[in-house]
Amino acid sequence: MALLEFDDVSVTYRSRGADIPAVRGVTLNVNAGESLGLAGESGCGKTTLTSTVLRMQPKSAKVTGEIRLNGDNILDMTWGQVRALRWAEASVVFQGAMHALNPVQKIGDQLAEPILLHSKVSKKDADRRVGELLEMVGLPARRADAYPHQLSGGQKQRVMIAMALACDPQLIIADEPTTALDVMVQAQVLNVLQGLVKELNVGMVFISHDLSVLSSTCDRIAVMYAGKIVEQGPAADVFDHPQHPYAGALAGAFPRIGDTRYRYSPSGLPGDPPFPGDLPSGCTFHPRCPVAVERCATTEPSLIQHGSHQTACLLVGSEIA
Amino acid sequence: MALLTETPARTPSAAAGGWANPSVRYAVKRTGAAISTFIFVLIFNFFLFRILPGDPVALYTRGRNVDPESIRALEAKLHRPIGQQFLEYARNPFTGNGPSVKYNQSVWEVIAPALWPTLLLVGTATLIATIIGVWLGIRSGWNRGERFDVISSNTTLVLYSMPEFWFGMIMLIVFAVGIGPIPGMFPTGGLSDPGVDTSTPAGWLNVAWHLFLPVTTLAVIYLAEYSLIMRASIIEERGQDYVQTARAKGLMDKMVRRQHAVPNALLPTMTLVFLNLGFVVGGAITIEYVFSIHGLGSLTVDALQGPDVPLLQALFLLFSGAVIFANLVADLLYGYFDPRVRT
Repeated sequence: MALLEFDDVSVTYRSRGADIPAVRGVTLNVNAGESLGLAGESGCGKTTLTSTVLRMQPKSAKVTGEIRLNGDNILDMTWGQVRALRWAEASVVFQGAMHALNPVQKIGDQLAEPILLHSKVSKKDADRRVGELLEMVGLPARRADAYPHQLSGGQKQRVMIAMALACDPQLIIADEPTTALDVMVQAQVLNVLQGLVKELNVGMVFISHDLSVLSSTCDRIAVMYAGKIVEQGPAADVFDHPQHPYAGALAGAFPRIGDTRYRYSPSGLPGDPPFPGDLPSGCTFHPRCPVAVERCATTEPSLIQHGSHQTACLLVGSEIA
Repeated sequence: MALLTETPARTPSAAAGGWANPSVRYAVKRTGAAISTFIFVLIFNFFLFRILPGDPVALYTRGRNVDPESIRALEAKLHRPIGQQFLEYARNPFTGNGPSVKYNQSVWEVIAPALWPTLLLVGTATLIATIIGVWLGIRSGWNRGERFDVISSNTTLVLYSMPEFWFGMIMLIVFAVGIGPIPGMFPTGGLSDPGVDTSTPAGWLNVAWHLFLPVTTLAVIYLAEYSLIMRASIIEERGQDYVQTARAKGLMDKMVRRQHAVPNALLPTMTLVFLNLGFVVGGAITIEYVFSIHGLGSLTVDALQGPDVPLLQALFLLFSGAVIFANLVADLLYGYFDPRVRT
């Protein structure tokens, strides 16, 4: 049994009478001690999918399928059970730490809050734990007295990571934890996260649009497009030998140091991901796909095992690709 | 288990007292700014009345029989060098321009008895309006679009749009005069019945009974404004990332609201309340007039009709001082509640 199992999960938003499918039948597992990278452009459903783990999706969203954490289906739980599960079993490092901390509360109090909420400890023990947590992410314990505005962006992000660890969760969802940070700080934060997964044996879902970051941080990568997984496999394989043309485009969008090809022809992918309320027929990627053939517009491919990957593309494995 | 080496962090100097303490520095700075603003107003207030068009002597004596000797004395006084006159004024800004023309008393003796009714009226109304307004705003903003919010925000919008004197008159007609089945229950004006000793508990009750309508009128108008601001502010905070974080931590909805959203959302409302409090000392003019309360508002109307220049000058100074002081209090409180402005 995996730590986290998404079993045919779909999330549909209802907006002005229309159904907007943001996630369409995703099946995905994360094991303890494993980090899974979730890649894709903005709007492809990454955050929507992971928000369902803590039932944080908006009220207007309808979730079907099963989401099991340690075998228990989260969608069947009462709100009381969900609240007990939040942060204690699974926590989140939110996108954009700049605003994810309460500006008028000391960070120490914000770190202690979930500890006091989920475990029966004294304020003094909680404070001691806060000090440990801060040191774990490389901040001095006395920074607990600081307010968020007194910290730099990287420090805030590390506070967020410390906060995510506060209740010893089994699963951490890191939603673009490094996007707003400069490259040096990004490397520091990634190091911290990577080290924690290995040392504390937690499972991690790491969301990013940056395949190069994911390939160096994660064990496995899943690429999402228009609410579906289009490719999944071992991290290095997906990055170095992508099978799906979309994964190829994502991988090609990041230059590789030392490879002159990228310096002379940086490649991008024209166009935008489709609006979930108005998806193209057949393979949803076909209008942007550089190698699309006629039947791509009519036949929707399913996720099929090809070597070490699972890929949803009609052309993979056939002669044309 | 440090995975990273300790980065050099800025040392917070909060431990140190005195000038190094950012809170103290902030308070001193704000107070200094308030004092210099007041000095500017002091100077401006002097020259404002000097540049009034027309003959100042006529202005001081209009509509009254004044013997030629007094006029000559007044002329002589006004003919002195302007610097000398300014110094005299600066030494005693309230009474330096001579006694009230209309009341023929020291300006201060005219203002002092009017101060208490206004403070009582405005103070009580603001207190009630703040408590109810903030509560309404939080409740409707947090549950935006639900029935409570629809009723509350539409009602407050209507109340907010009503002119306060008009609302006051309606209150008078309905509750003081009586209309249809509603008997006149409250006095039509004044602060107490004649001959009542307001220093006894029975006297306080009499004052409370008199103040009921004007305080309610003023409170309703203010609370409409406060609840609308508080609602907007709560709606804004509700969508912030840190509220999302608080929810994800497993806090109950009301804890998220109380411990995270409200402390942030209160900041703009607090500023507004204190800014209003400053203006309101002079701004209750219409309500005082409608309810015949002899406070600063009525006194200003009196002084304007004269015009009673020395009295007006003192009142202007008092009103400006109130605004500056309320502003300072708002700044200091903001500094206390919002750590971001201290540094």
